Amino acid sequence: MAERLITATGIEVTYGNRRRGGVKVLHGVDLHLDRGETIGIVGESGSGKTTLGRALIRLVDTSAGEIRFDGKDITHLGEEAMRPYRKRMQMIFQDPMASLNPRHSIRQILAGPLLFHGLAKSEAEADQRIAKMLDRVGLPSIVLQRNPHELSGGQRQRIGIARAALLEPEFVLADEIVSGLDVSTQAQVLNLLKDLCRDLGLAMAFISHDLSVIRAVCDRVYVMRQGRVEEAGDCATLFDDPQSAYTRELLDAIPLPEVDADWLKDPEVA
Amino acid sequence: MSDLLLDISGLSAISLREGGNPILRDVSLSLKKGEVRGLVGESGAGKSTIAKALLGILPRTVKVTSGTMRFEGRDLLTMAPRDLSAIMGSDIALIPQDPQTALNPGRRIEAQLTDGLRLRRGMNARDAHARALQLLSEVHIRDPERVLKAYPHELSGGMRQRVMIAAAFSLEPKLVVADEPTTALDVTVQKQILRLIRGMQEAHGTAVIFVTHDLGVVAKICDSVTLLYGGKVIEAGPTADVLADPRHVYTKALIAAGPRYDRPDAGLEPVPQWVFDQLHQEIRTGAKEILHG
Ligand SMILES: Nc1ncnc2c1ncn2[C@@H]1O[C@H](COP(=O)(O)OP(=O)(O)OP(=O)(O)O)[C@@H](O)[C@H]1O
Ligand SMILES: Nc1ncnc2c1ncn2[C@@H]1O[C@H](COP(=O)(O)OP(=O)(O)OP(=O)(O)O)[C@@H](O)[C@H]1O
Ligand SMILES: [Mg+2]
Ligand SMILES: [Mg+2]
Repeated sequence: MAERLITATGIEVTYGNRRRGGVKVLHGVDLHLDRGETIGIVGESGSGKTTLGRALIRLVDTSAGEIRFDGKDITHLGEEAMRPYRKRMQMIFQDPMASLNPRHSIRQILAGPLLFHGLAKSEAEADQRIAKMLDRVGLPSIVLQRNPHELSGGQRQRIGIARAALLEPEFVLADEIVSGLDVSTQAQVLNLLKDLCRDLGLAMAFISHDLSVIRAVCDRVYVMRQGRVEEAGDCATLFDDPQSAYTRELLDAIPLPEVDADWLKDPEVA
Repeated sequence: MSDLLLDISGLSAISLREGGNPILRDVSLSLKKGEVRGLVGESGAGKSTIAKALLGILPRTVKVTSGTMRFEGRDLLTMAPRDLSAIMGSDIALIPQDPQTALNPGRRIEAQLTDGLRLRRGMNARDAHARALQLLSEVHIRDPERVLKAYPHELSGGMRQRVMIAAAFSLEPKLVVADEPTTALDVTVQKQILRLIRGMQEAHGTAVIFVTHDLGVVAKICDSVTLLYGGKVIEAGPTADVLADPRHVYTKALIAAGPRYDRPDAGLEPVPQWVFDQLHQEIRTGAKEILHG
């Protein structure tokens, strides 16, 4: 039997000062995730994907609703009480350059969190774990001496994945992590992510606006529109028989590498 | 009269920043009037270098070592600066990747759209204003009066990109160079922008060089395609032929690498190392490109 890891119920998020009339951008979202499962969160720009992902790991506050992680209600835990959960939920960012300190060596970037969370008792132990993980993500050990800007986009993304996986989390949030990569590098990174999730039993929420990428890595998918879940289901069902016109629109917007003279015709003309 | 608009032949360039490293190797490509040609290849393949050479904006650290770039029969590389500046922006225009940096943040859209109309087409302020309004509605901006008065930061990314398309077509150029104009946008906005570029291109009979790394985008908007790797043309021809019958292993591998929502079991095959080894071998020996049709 699958074991439930995250249950989110009726999530609402309001940005800005509520008394001076903030903007509500999530309007009651329900979502759940089992251990080892990968869900996709898809939708057009501004639909609330990043906000939802960040709400799940308590990086933005929810104004209504409940988030349970491993059975515990974490919705309103203070920073102190959240600390034990921080290590268990990790995030991989869209732009690894913005999230990796440019003045730190890759070794420092990887060793810091290991020592901070007490997963390695000594520098030597940290180095051992890092060496294993580098091998796992397919990077040569010389990258350890480099700074982030001395790596290619694909290499930086592998470092982002390695940094998250080193902490042996139970859940990772991956937000648009392959949008800037060319197809071959994108395929490598997605394959790596899939293997890691399988081997480590990781649950993942994978955010993208590209349904082709979602289908390649996810078990289930949530389609977001204007702060609500428009449609949700397992990939096979949803892709083969999308119920919502909006989901079909997202599918139609993906340019498959086949010539199709009608694809660009104006909808009102076609 | 020939309907050939642009003829790049044997273009080679080196990077002075990278110790004289070749960045374009004997590149040839041509464009008919009104043709849309895709320029594809992974990062560093030399796509933007070709685009910049066409617009006469190569950085000083890039040096063209041989070749010609004939536009309506005249070589852009040896043309007098005066003649060149008469062509640039007027006969040849750019849609940049990032409208954020291409638009002047301190000037209203109206000023930026009408400069060229007034200075290069001799329009008075009233006619330029009317033409700017018309251009904005051609790119489906709903409230063109408001947008003309706006500063760039007051517009969304998709709106700014529309303004850039309007600006590029404003002087009725014969050639528009679009350097990854949709890479930063989500798929639904990308489709709207592609539709707009194609619509403007058809309405005005403009030729377009469309730089992208996405073969899917090429399939939808380009009549023909040139695939580059390491500054060298690998395969080129009509889009339908190249995509339906790719002959180079690299082209085949690129098509197989992309995921597809309609084929969950296909895709996600990274380009194998032996393919890169073969490409490097071909670059060393100066192998001929594969040309369809
Ligand atoms: N810090 C913030 N303050 C105020 N509003 C915000 C903030 N972050 C996001 N928003 C707004 O919340 C809405 C949802 O944004 P969000 O970033 O979650 O969308 P998204 O689906 O991730 O979009 P994208 O695909 O562009 O990343 C948008 O209208 C956005 O403008
Ligand atoms: N300003 C410059 N001076 C010298 N060499 C440069 C300069 N800009 C780029 N190069 C080099 O020229 C080569 C081709 O770069 P170019 O920008 O044309 O690639 P591209 O195909 O447009 O890649 P991308 O998809 O990343 O935009 C690269 O090896 C790059 O390092
Ligand atoms: Mg987002
Ligand atoms: Mg480029």
